[in-house]
Amino acid sequence: MKIKKGIQLIDQHDKNFMYGGKFGGNFIPETLKKPIDDLTSLFAKLRKDKKFLKERDSYFKSYIGVPTPLIKLENLTNYLGGAQIYAKVVSEANGGAHKIYNATVHCLIAKKAGKKFIVGDTGAGYAGKMLSMAAKKFGLKCKIFMGAKDIKRQRPNVEAMKKNGATIVPVLTGSQTLVDAVSECMRYWVSNCDTTHMCVGSTVGPNIFIKICAWSTAQISRELIIQLKEEFGEIPKKVKLLNCVGGGSSAMGFWNEFMDTDAEFVGIEAGGPKNSKLHAAPLTNGSKIGILHGAAQYVVQDKEGQIGSTESISAGLDYPGISPLHCFLKDTKRARYTSASDEDALKAYQLVSKLENISPSLEPSHAFHEAIRLAPKLKSSEIIIVNSCGDSLKDKDIIQKKLGSYIR
Amino acid sequence: MKSKINLAFEKCSEEKRPALITYTVAGDNTKTNSLKILNAISKHADILELGFPHNTPIADGGQIQGSSYRALKNGIKLNDVFQIVNKFKKKNPNKPIIMMGYFNIIYQRGENNFLKKCKESGVDGIIVVDLPYPDNKNFAKKCKKKSIDFIQLLSPTTSKSRMKKIVRDSHGMVYYISMLSTTGGKLKVSPKNIMKNYKKIKRINRKKNVVIGFGITDKTINSLKKADGLVVGSQLCKTIANSLKKRLNTAKVVNKMVYNLKRKIV
Repeated sequence: MKIKKGIQLIDQHDKNFMYGGKFGGNFIPETLKKPIDDLTSLFAKLRKDKKFLKERDSYFKSYIGVPTPLIKLENLTNYLGGAQIYAKVVSEANGGAHKIYNATVHCLIAKKAGKKFIVGDTGAGYAGKMLSMAAKKFGLKCKIFMGAKDIKRQRPNVEAMKKNGATIVPVLTGSQTLVDAVSECMRYWVSNCDTTHMCVGSTVGPNIFIKICAWSTAQISRELIIQLKEEFGEIPKKVKLLNCVGGGSSAMGFWNEFMDTDAEFVGIEAGGPKNSKLHAAPLTNGSKIGILHGAAQYVVQDKEGQIGSTESISAGLDYPGISPLHCFLKDTKRARYTSASDEDALKAYQLVSKLENISPSLEPSHAFHEAIRLAPKLKSSEIIIVNSCGDSLKDKDIIQKKLGSYIR
Repeated sequence: MKSKINLAFEKCSEEKRPALITYTVAGDNTKTNSLKILNAISKHADILELGFPHNTPIADGGQIQGSSYRALKNGIKLNDVFQIVNKFKKKNPNKPIIMMGYFNIIYQRGENNFLKKCKESGVDGIIVVDLPYPDNKNFAKKCKKKSIDFIQLLSPTTSKSRMKKIVRDSHGMVYYISMLSTTGGKLKVSPKNIMKNYKKIKRINRKKNVVIGFGITDKTINSLKKADGLVVGSQLCKTIANSLKKRLNTAKVVNKMVYNLKRKIV
């Protein structure tokens, strides 16, 4: 299994839409075959269409507010000693997270497809919040599927979705988290695919959704390359790009344009509570390949193929599967994956928020933990960049409960 | 040699009625109970579909999700499903059984292992919900080698040219999904329109037995009785749920429902 140079990672699948012959594909009910084929050819056309690209770029600029800042975390760097730590503050994007890129592109595509309704899933509530925002902007009726457990633990984002006029459908099946929200959203699409466009919230699901999502978030690395050249005159020789991974959309966007460079990729999964056997880290913990939500991937499951329970303090990472693209990066050894526990993430949140002007949400706090662990072991000539892809404000309730106080 | 599934259709055709195909989930709500249900309803049902439960079913509505949940909660494993089939077949060797489920369960067991167990326990056909054509060609071939029918699905979104290819490569039976819906949805398309699509499929190859499923209940079944076969699933799962709630004899209640369905199409 090998990654080809000079070809976008999303396009490195075979005729069965499998990456490395093992990951991805379209394991879907017959009813979805045509809508997915239609979307596949529409997207293939649009991504070559200069007018469409111009439209995308103009919305990215005026609506999302790209580029998001790249800042040096001077205090954290000095405190830890060792590598220089930077943060790509993607949480500065409109809406407060990377999910806005995918949401905006999906709404643009839905318009081109002549659809008036758009549906999506959400875990942490970011994907749902952004989709509801973008849907409002583009005049689409929006429905968001969200696990009942997540509705409780991510209240601020739920409020935002309501304000944007979206209908929130609480999902009461299974674990009542992201995995069930995605399933329920797909079921809804099976029943309404003639009138409705579906947006999958991450780089998961049938192949076309993986492609659209990674293509959209790639904006992050496109602008980061320019920012690095401005800061260092070139892409630094020794640079580590650290990103949390749940479904894997922010990491794909953060890494995409660096694929053929020497930049090192580290993905940090959600290890769950320290004293629990449950986790949401299929790559770190050696889960087997299985099929979830239409794609083959490493997935938390039992011997029989029943999808396993996961646990993480971070709703956005609390997913048993992982993008087939990350499985591909892992098996080709292009990226390295590790996990951080709930406690690790909380500590990292606390330290970064105390020392710096940014306050990462619990998802990127998993990546900050790895940065804090690595930095002291590295030379000052080495660079660590963390994708700070969410703001702690949405986790205020959880943090207050766990740490007794909330700082930002 | 003709398959048991084909023989069942022939018999129904002689009686000038559609085949009644039931769907229940193996292990709902227990291993023993689901076997009892199968034994009871086999009197009136012509072909029995038996779901092997999955906890992340992306094409099933609430009722079948509920059945799967009850079965899994009671610890049903794939080997239990095969045992249920095996025991049923010992008593009813000529009644065709079709196993239906999601690909991950087969994938984890290994395709060859899965099919070997199917053959040993007497499974006659297999439906895989999330393994569409042409990705299923290879698996379908393996089924054929074991003389197990692989049943292709068609839906209202299937294009004419795709339909032709699927029917050409299908075995004896083809399953037409009546409408854009998960299982158990309310029938939102007129029976006339469903039959129009049904006839389109039949015209491609009259020899294939085409069955219609999704949204079929005792209220709607009569209007579709010109089809070769009709599948009722969610209504039976709902009947099981209700009888459990009321602590009734589940096998008896479900059998009554199946009898009721049969009466409407003979």
